[in-house]
Amino acid sequence: MTPQPVSAAAPAGVLRRYLFSTDHRTVGRQYFFLSLIAVLVGMVLSLIMRVHMAWPEVRLPFLGQTLPEDYLAYMTMHGTLMVFFVLTTAPQSAFGNLVLPEQIGAGRMAFPRMNALSFWLTAVAFVVVVSALFVPSGASQSGWTQYPPLSVVRSTGAGQGLGVDLWIVGIGIFCFASLLGAINFIATVLRMRALGMSLMRMPLTVWSWFVTAQLTLLAFSVLLAAALLLFFDRHMGTSFFVPAGVVVNGVVQKYAGGSPLLWQHLFWFFGHPEVYIAILPGMGLTSHLLSTFARKPVFGYSAMVFSTMAIGFFGFLVWGHHMFIAGLSPYATLAFATLTMVVAIPSGVKTVNWLATLWRGRIRLTTPMLFSIGFVSLFVTGGLSGPILAQPTIDAYLHDTYFVVAHFHMIMGMAAVFAIFAATYFWFPKLSAGRLMSERWGRVHFWLTFIGAYATFLPMHFLGMAGHPRRYAQIAGSAEYLQGLLPLQTWVTCAAIGLIAAQFIFLANLFWSLRRGCVAETNPWNATTLEWQPPSEALVVYRGAYEYGVVRDGRDYRMQSEE
Amino acid sequence: MALALLLLLWVMTLATAFLFAQSWLPSAISSGALRADSHLQLSLAILGVVFVLAQVLLGWVVWRHRERDGTASDTRSGSMALEWGSVGLAAVLFLGMNLYAAKSWAKHSFVGASRAADVIRVEVTGQQFRWYFRYPGPDGHFGATKPELIDASVGNPLGIDPDDAAGTDDRVSAALVVPAGREVEVVLRAQDVIHSFFVPELRMKQDALPGMETRIHFRADKAGEYEIVCAELCGQGHHQMNARLKVLPEGEFARWQAGGAQ
Repeated sequence: MTPQPVSAAAPAGVLRRYLFSTDHRTVGRQYFFLSLIAVLVGMVLSLIMRVHMAWPEVRLPFLGQTLPEDYLAYMTMHGTLMVFFVLTTAPQSAFGNLVLPEQIGAGRMAFPRMNALSFWLTAVAFVVVVSALFVPSGASQSGWTQYPPLSVVRSTGAGQGLGVDLWIVGIGIFCFASLLGAINFIATVLRMRALGMSLMRMPLTVWSWFVTAQLTLLAFSVLLAAALLLFFDRHMGTSFFVPAGVVVNGVVQKYAGGSPLLWQHLFWFFGHPEVYIAILPGMGLTSHLLSTFARKPVFGYSAMVFSTMAIGFFGFLVWGHHMFIAGLSPYATLAFATLTMVVAIPSGVKTVNWLATLWRGRIRLTTPMLFSIGFVSLFVTGGLSGPILAQPTIDAYLHDTYFVVAHFHMIMGMAAVFAIFAATYFWFPKLSAGRLMSERWGRVHFWLTFIGAYATFLPMHFLGMAGHPRRYAQIAGSAEYLQGLLPLQTWVTCAAIGLIAAQFIFLANLFWSLRRGCVAETNPWNATTLEWQPPSEALVVYRGAYEYGVVRDGRDYRMQSEE
Repeated sequence: MALALLLLLWVMTLATAFLFAQSWLPSAISSGALRADSHLQLSLAILGVVFVLAQVLLGWVVWRHRERDGTASDTRSGSMALEWGSVGLAAVLFLGMNLYAAKSWAKHSFVGASRAADVIRVEVTGQQFRWYFRYPGPDGHFGATKPELIDASVGNPLGIDPDDAAGTDDRVSAALVVPAGREVEVVLRAQDVIHSFFVPELRMKQDALPGMETRIHFRADKAGEYEIVCAELCGQGHHQMNARLKVLPEGEFARWQAGGAQ
């Protein structure tokens, strides 16, 4: 990047305008397209895995036959890309940057250069992580959770050499970038709100980005530290996570004194809040859109704010539920089980308020609204399997089975992705140069995706109840009792192929609409929040974010900036 | 379109409820497994009611309050009664479920295996990608092991120290053989990476970690052959890491035990 004098008036070069821009909208778009690339790679990997699961003998073009070790490498990359570069990046960094400064009347982020740095570090992290697929020994095979000693001792598998190193370095950079982004969000919300934009007048989208940024700051700093320790264990002769007496292929490893459980504690102290980092922005957006398209105020605004904070707070106290069978004290297990159930309370409050927001509204089933309603349905379905897994007696059976895979794909995967779709359709005028996506193809996309999501992930509950462990490369060669589950696995694969195929409708609609979509009016959805008001007006906020329903002068809404 | 959404949500809800009501679980062969099943069924029933109510209501509200001419939307923006009501209801429901489940968890996990002499003690060791089962032999004590002695090619896959007298009568088996109706204590260890001992018919799963011992105990009541699989990702052969659990009638088990002691 060529250093240039900072001057808003000077005509900026192409590089500065499009590539190394400090404009928050450009940074938001960059994040959006980065996560779009990541989701496509992650999706292709899941397709290869699903095909292998149903038809292990199939030879794919260019790739040949997938081997069990390839399956595990693809699985690790699928999880890593989806969790970090899609579910963390798109809802928070992409749409947060794109919309938050306008929504609070700030006009820019607090630290624009740091913002650009944060994006470019994320892009570098993506390249480092993905490059593992192209090194000769392959990507890491130890899953996105990277449990030691598998992730520390190189001789435990082919991808456990360079593959794991690239993972650690890439995720380390990602953590650092996320911390910069989080600081920026927090500072922007606290310091840059327009006159009159009190905290309790903020849109719920802003509230959820704000709380998510705080979770990011606390959680990713722990993951960064843990990743460093893992790196030290691999290369600097430390032994944080590996005990004495580990023997791999007959070779006694030179480690002593570490504990594999320490990694699990550190990882899940990050990992559980990470789930809420992925879903909280979606919850905020859903509240926002249900109100906008039901033409009704958000029901229980302050309850929504406090339940967001409660979910964020309790999210830090439940990491042990990922470790019920790991060798925790049974007393600790009971404490974590109880705290996990507590999270169900604010989640229940949110669901009741969403239904109450829709109740007696004038519901407009636009594409973003359809995806928001789909979010509520998936949130309920994916959320209610939580209290089942939260009971240690039952978890001892369902832990590490497809039931868990079903649970987190429903809620953290599909529900969060539905929120991303809703945001894309809703804020497309901000993402593009003021255009809208095709509503007709948007609806087709919704129906197919909604049916596809249930058809793919619902049967996984039953695989889990039948005792099918997760992270099995194939049924062939594994236990006899699993052989009978092949037809159900094949069903899941077929449904997944349908679900993936439906996404090409979205992609075509997205790229077509970027250039040729209908030109949107200034406020195409008749919404109240500041991102939809003409940029020239002076920004003073006079009212809350959700004044819908009272018809005056032929309008059923009042913008926040109206006196 | 609102009608289509209502129908889709309702059909999906019915289908889900129907599918969950099918019997997916493998047979249960211990009282612990039966207890886990009854908890699971109860939870599925309670949460199933919540699930059906929420989805049916969602479909109905979307259809009932779709945009139509001449209707105005309600402007009510909250109700403290509803908020606190849902907090209270969710708290009673979920924490109650937790308290109820806690009782059986405590009963099973807060106490170890009984110290009675007839308890079978087995050490289960996970290694990429197989399980070993060691019995202490007639002396009732496991011999010491040393990592540097581990060598399957000389018949010592667990590294049992020949200098320790307690180890001379230890018996290493490729299958977990236990008598029906007697308590079994399993001590779990791992040599290389983390594995997880999982027997679906016992509804039981526990990680085996290098550098530490974890313990579980069970009593299998139904004689038969069952499968033991690995439930924690342990490398490329993870899906192949299985072994047999043979639950034998008392007399047969005694014969098996005598055979090994020779």
